[in-house]
Amino acid sequence: MSFPWANEYKPSNPFMRYLDEKLPLPRFVYNAVGAGYPVPRNLNYFWNFGVLAGVALMVQIVSGIILAMHFAAESTVAFASVEHIMRDVNAGWFIRYAHMNGASMFFIVVYIHIFRGLFYGSYKPPREMVWHLGLVIFLLMMATAFMGYVLPWGQMSFWGAKVITGLFGALPVIGTPIQTWLLGGFAPDNAALNRFFSLHYLLPFVILGVIILHIWALHIPGSSNPTGVEVKDEQDTVPFHPYYTAKDGVGVAVFFLVFAGLLFFAPNFLGEPDNYVQANPLATPANIVPEWYFWPFYAILRAFTVDFLFIPAKLLGVLAMFAAILLLFFLPWLDTSAVRSGHYRPLFRKFFWFGLIPTIAILGYCGGSHATDGIVLISQIASAYYFAHFLIILPIIARVETPKPLPTSITEAVLGHAPGATLQPAE
Amino acid sequence: MIRIGAFLVGLFFSGWLLVSATMGAFNFVTNPAAPTAEHEFHKKPEPVDFSFNGPAGKYDRAQLQRGLQIFKEVCSACHSLKYVSFRDFKDLGYSDGQIKTIAQTWPAEAPSINPETGEAATRKPTPADKIPAPYPNEVAARAANNNAAPPDLSLMAKARHGGPDYIHALLTGYQAPPAELKKKFPEAMPGKTTHYNPYFANLNLAMPAPLTTDGQVTYGEGAPKPTVDQMAKDVSAFLMWTAEPKLENRKRAGTAAVIFLLVFFGLCVGAYKNVWADKKAHA
Repeated sequence: MSFPWANEYKPSNPFMRYLDEKLPLPRFVYNAVGAGYPVPRNLNYFWNFGVLAGVALMVQIVSGIILAMHFAAESTVAFASVEHIMRDVNAGWFIRYAHMNGASMFFIVVYIHIFRGLFYGSYKPPREMVWHLGLVIFLLMMATAFMGYVLPWGQMSFWGAKVITGLFGALPVIGTPIQTWLLGGFAPDNAALNRFFSLHYLLPFVILGVIILHIWALHIPGSSNPTGVEVKDEQDTVPFHPYYTAKDGVGVAVFFLVFAGLLFFAPNFLGEPDNYVQANPLATPANIVPEWYFWPFYAILRAFTVDFLFIPAKLLGVLAMFAAILLLFFLPWLDTSAVRSGHYRPLFRKFFWFGLIPTIAILGYCGGSHATDGIVLISQIASAYYFAHFLIILPIIARVETPKPLPTSITEAVLGHAPGATLQPAE
Repeated sequence: MIRIGAFLVGLFFSGWLLVSATMGAFNFVTNPAAPTAEHEFHKKPEPVDFSFNGPAGKYDRAQLQRGLQIFKEVCSACHSLKYVSFRDFKDLGYSDGQIKTIAQTWPAEAPSINPETGEAATRKPTPADKIPAPYPNEVAARAANNNAAPPDLSLMAKARHGGPDYIHALLTGYQAPPAELKKKFPEAMPGKTTHYNPYFANLNLAMPAPLTTDGQVTYGEGAPKPTVDQMAKDVSAFLMWTAEPKLENRKRAGTAAVIFLLVFFGLCVGAYKNVWADKKAHA
């Protein structure tokens, strides 16, 4: 598709030849994820996570469709209908635990996929559009996961819905009307549950659509690689199939092993016990926490404790939480270093491993903990670093850093003999 | 332009967070939060060695039957078990006939309608019925229990941190409030209708100790001695079963899945090595 030496689809079977003339769908697949897509030969296992995210989405869609056959989106019976699935539906416990833990698996692989992009500079030209579409998918995933968590109508479902829609209530003047409009009432109730169910069923298919765009945009420049050096000739690439389908097979096997470990042996490990109590608007849980994948953002939200002039702290927290994600859209223009891969950027690499990664881990820990004075203090310092890292430190690193010499080609990086390796920007 | 804007936004958020952190730290030092009674006296449940712990753990049928007996004779006076049906007791090793007897001798009756008058009535439960609740509705439950409605127990073993360990600790944890508590936090002392228990989140709960004396329930032949500790373990195991009746199916399916996936993993690694052999050879 993207390189002149890409294999051409040549059907030998007469039926496939006929089909190729009338509707070249097999040709499309062949060029997209078959032998017709040349991929750099040096991808490491971090490049498995895009495919794994696709697998996770499929698991969610299939298990979700089956759950929807048994679930009742009505506030008085939703909780009982989930228990009905767990107890009386054939293998219902399996489908439900798969969907519950599948969401966590989806976020685990997507977070690794995003960190892969951050470390190897995958957001840099010519792949900005791939990065932007990826972030759109991430935002859609967050919305979908949030609404899905509301559906079993447990205590955390209810109070989570109340807190998250309450974020919009922090906006001045229009906030409360927006919150009421979103919920279809003054508090989460049947109207909210129904629309969340409807949207929770819709959004995964929207995600699927954006994933197609994401892959389409990726295929124009072709896949990036751990050196960040662009493909120069045929020697640098291998056909996606069978080379990377075989490698992805290994990744898929490991993915399902971890998934099976969670699903079958610790299905409630990542959940909150409170969600096994039916929603009760009159009893507030002692500690309202979202699912683990929202913890870092929740910590940023709670880190703002002091009003700034006329802006209340709560609104600041809401703005910062959205900014924490939206700033990633600007990354291609913030990090102007011509070298993509973190391997060849000594300063960037230090800030990535010793700054960003621990900061996000600390924010995650704080977001899942009860907000004591100490926890809030730590999340304030960690959030300050988070914003500084992307908005201040990255642009400065790009200016002051001296990158290490890049290999002249991917093949050279693979084969190891590096005579005449010179300092050379990626483009 | 983007970088200047980003720099200013970053400076604002980071700067204001550091200002807030400084103010918070100053406040923390000058005006530390007062210790709470919960913080000082609350205890975490001790782990119990249940038969269903671990990846291959199974329910002990005899223990579940004893647990059911305790639930029936003690707990069911106040607590419902609304997601469990009598027919589910087949999993505990009872025959259809025994289940029918359990249903018909259950202390509470199932709600029904008088066919002559159409008025609300009750009838003997059948195996198809859910376990009938002791009170007709929440108002009745509150009225009979000093305004503290006893919660449904079907999912209790999954609805609290610590699960069955917590239930066991709570049932055996009733004690006289320590003298320290009275000295330091007189407001945290149990009231007239509450009872001190360090395993309960806010130390005082409305439920009085349900298991008070050894031998409160008479076990059948061959069963362990019904000490308070043993009874608490048995009913905790039973409530784990009511919360997670498919635990054994889950672990069994999981073992099969993991074995299958390990073989699959081996095949994938083999295929990968085979496919890449010519590309890696001269590396």
